[in-house]
Amino acid sequence: MKGPASPKGLALTVTLCVAGGLAMLLLAVLAGTVIGEAPLPLTTVGEVLAVRLFGAAHALDPIDAGIIWNYRLPRTLVAAACGAALALSGLVLQSLVRNALADPYLLGVSAGASTGAVAVTILGVGGGVIGISSGAFIGAALAFALVAALARAAGGGSAQMVLAGIAGSQLFNALTSFFIAKSANAEQARGIMFWLLGNLSGVRWPDVSLAVPVAVAGFLACLIHARALDAFSFGRESAAALGVPVRRVQLLLIGAVTLMTAVMVSLVGAIGFVGLVIPHAVRFVTGPRHFRLIPASALTGAVFLIAADIVSRMLIAGQVVPIGVVTALVGAPAFALILIRNRVQA
Amino acid sequence: MRVEAQGIGWHASGRGIVEGVDLVLEPGETFGLIGPNGSGKSTLLRLIAGLLPRAEGQVLLDGRPIHRMPRREIAQRIALVAQHADTTDTLSVRDAVELGRTPWLSAFAPFGPEDRQIVDEALAAVEIAHLAGQRWHSLSGGERQRVQIAKALAQKPRLLMLDEPTNHLDIHHQLSLLRLVGGLGMTVVMALHDLNQAMGCDRVGVMQAGRMIACGPPAEVISPGLLSETFRVGASCLTDPRDQSLLYRFHILENDR
Ligand SMILES: Nc1ncnc2c1ncn2[C@@H]1O[C@H](COP(=O)(O)OP(=O)(O)O)[C@@H](O)[C@H]1O
Ligand SMILES: [Mg+2]
Repeated sequence: MKGPASPKGLALTVTLCVAGGLAMLLLAVLAGTVIGEAPLPLTTVGEVLAVRLFGAAHALDPIDAGIIWNYRLPRTLVAAACGAALALSGLVLQSLVRNALADPYLLGVSAGASTGAVAVTILGVGGGVIGISSGAFIGAALAFALVAALARAAGGGSAQMVLAGIAGSQLFNALTSFFIAKSANAEQARGIMFWLLGNLSGVRWPDVSLAVPVAVAGFLACLIHARALDAFSFGRESAAALGVPVRRVQLLLIGAVTLMTAVMVSLVGAIGFVGLVIPHAVRFVTGPRHFRLIPASALTGAVFLIAADIVSRMLIAGQVVPIGVVTALVGAPAFALILIRNRVQA
Repeated sequence: MRVEAQGIGWHASGRGIVEGVDLVLEPGETFGLIGPNGSGKSTLLRLIAGLLPRAEGQVLLDGRPIHRMPRREIAQRIALVAQHADTTDTLSVRDAVELGRTPWLSAFAPFGPEDRQIVDEALAAVEIAHLAGQRWHSLSGGERQRVQIAKALAQKPRLLMLDEPTNHLDIHHQLSLLRLVGGLGMTVVMALHDLNQAMGCDRVGVMQAGRMIACGPPAEVISPGLLSETFRVGASCLTDPRDQSLLYRFHILENDR
């Protein structure tokens, strides 16, 4: 695991990795636009992109162009942003709270975001001043504060954190169901239940302009704290002894995680297992240092969720399976593996 | 660097864990902290390192109050090897020691060849260079202890604080560690259980129930009276025929049940 000795070699390695990562992301996005119920040839996709992005003059089939530009491309981009954001959220939580099982979904942050979003949509909380994303952010922040306080009051161990997360998830999921039962009509309820499981069908361009900047900002916030996150390896006090302003870093990064989770949940619903499983899988390849772990997790999360979205569209002909179902089908067995591996180590 | 603690203390669960400790550490001295279990040695070390919230009194580094200094500047001056350290990350020994460079690095000063060299020297100083590639989890207790010390050395502090550093170490590594810290030329404070090792310090401070009840050169401070009152042991003072140095042999007091 020895790095390249010379700074020049290091710069070259970093450049190659970044280029390779971007190429992989680009390929995944292309796959997301090409593959679908009506497979469209790469040339059509290329033509549409050339016309829309660079103003090239091509005669386009309006239906194909519509599918590509208005549906597949935005949902693929949002899937990428969402996958990256969720993987980063899981990674940062695992490093900060020193718990291999930390993840926004398990700790109830996603559930809180769902409750906030539902409260704004169907109860009209905030009187139209607060948007869905802001409602989700408030819900997510509340949930995290509650779970963290409960875990602390219970003694602050690993098990306590997970148990507090379960309690928090249950509470906020119950609140969400209660709001739906109380105020939503049958059709609204169906739509919301579908969204709650994670669904990218409704994604359009305005969602892209929210999801992508938030994911990029979250990524940069994590990356500039890579060294600080490394310093948490031996715990909070050791990080402080190594010169990390622990409270400020925790506040900032947990804020970033809450924001990323809230925005992604408000756009596509609560998608589980990405934040939990991706960072663990990536650690096998990159090792524990965050300078590599952060970009690799973001990339893997993005590619994984694009793939999951493709599968969700293709799994049953004529129907879209909620993407949360797909990630759970892959994630639950992977999660089981993590549990088993942790037992062996302990 | 001159370190001055003025009336420092810390309360937890309604009682004083450390109370009203005044202490001046002169540059380059080796200071031993002794006292029974639970007497507040670890807490005092963490207080001096500025790691505890709601601390009473103040610590001055060359006259500057530590609580007004950024953590990073403190970490460039003080390194603390805690009594217990563990991680669930699959770090290598080199990774762990490289963490010691954290306070010196930034986006504009990334890990470079000098840092690599400092890490190599730290690994060599505690004789773990051959373990550099090995995983933290696979190390023995004593090897882990030496990794933590190497990490602190890589921090290039001016005050090195060691909490029971000779725990887990075999006798060779205990003695070589004590020789190492004696020759570093930096101020060293260490909590010690072996009173004969404390005899080798320039000065010792004795903690009892959160207070420093005595402080001074070991030959003056460590006396049979102190040993029976604070440590509840009797002691016979012997002379090592090799170099005429004094050492104690301990026995349990007859009237102690
Ligand atoms: N965070 C804490 N909350 C309550 N009590 C504490 C805390 N930390 C230490 N103590 C208590 O303070 C006393 C001194 O602890 P410590 O400084 O670790 O002693 P030593 O290192 O001398 O064995 C012990 O009785 C311990 O139980
Ligand atoms: Mg102690």
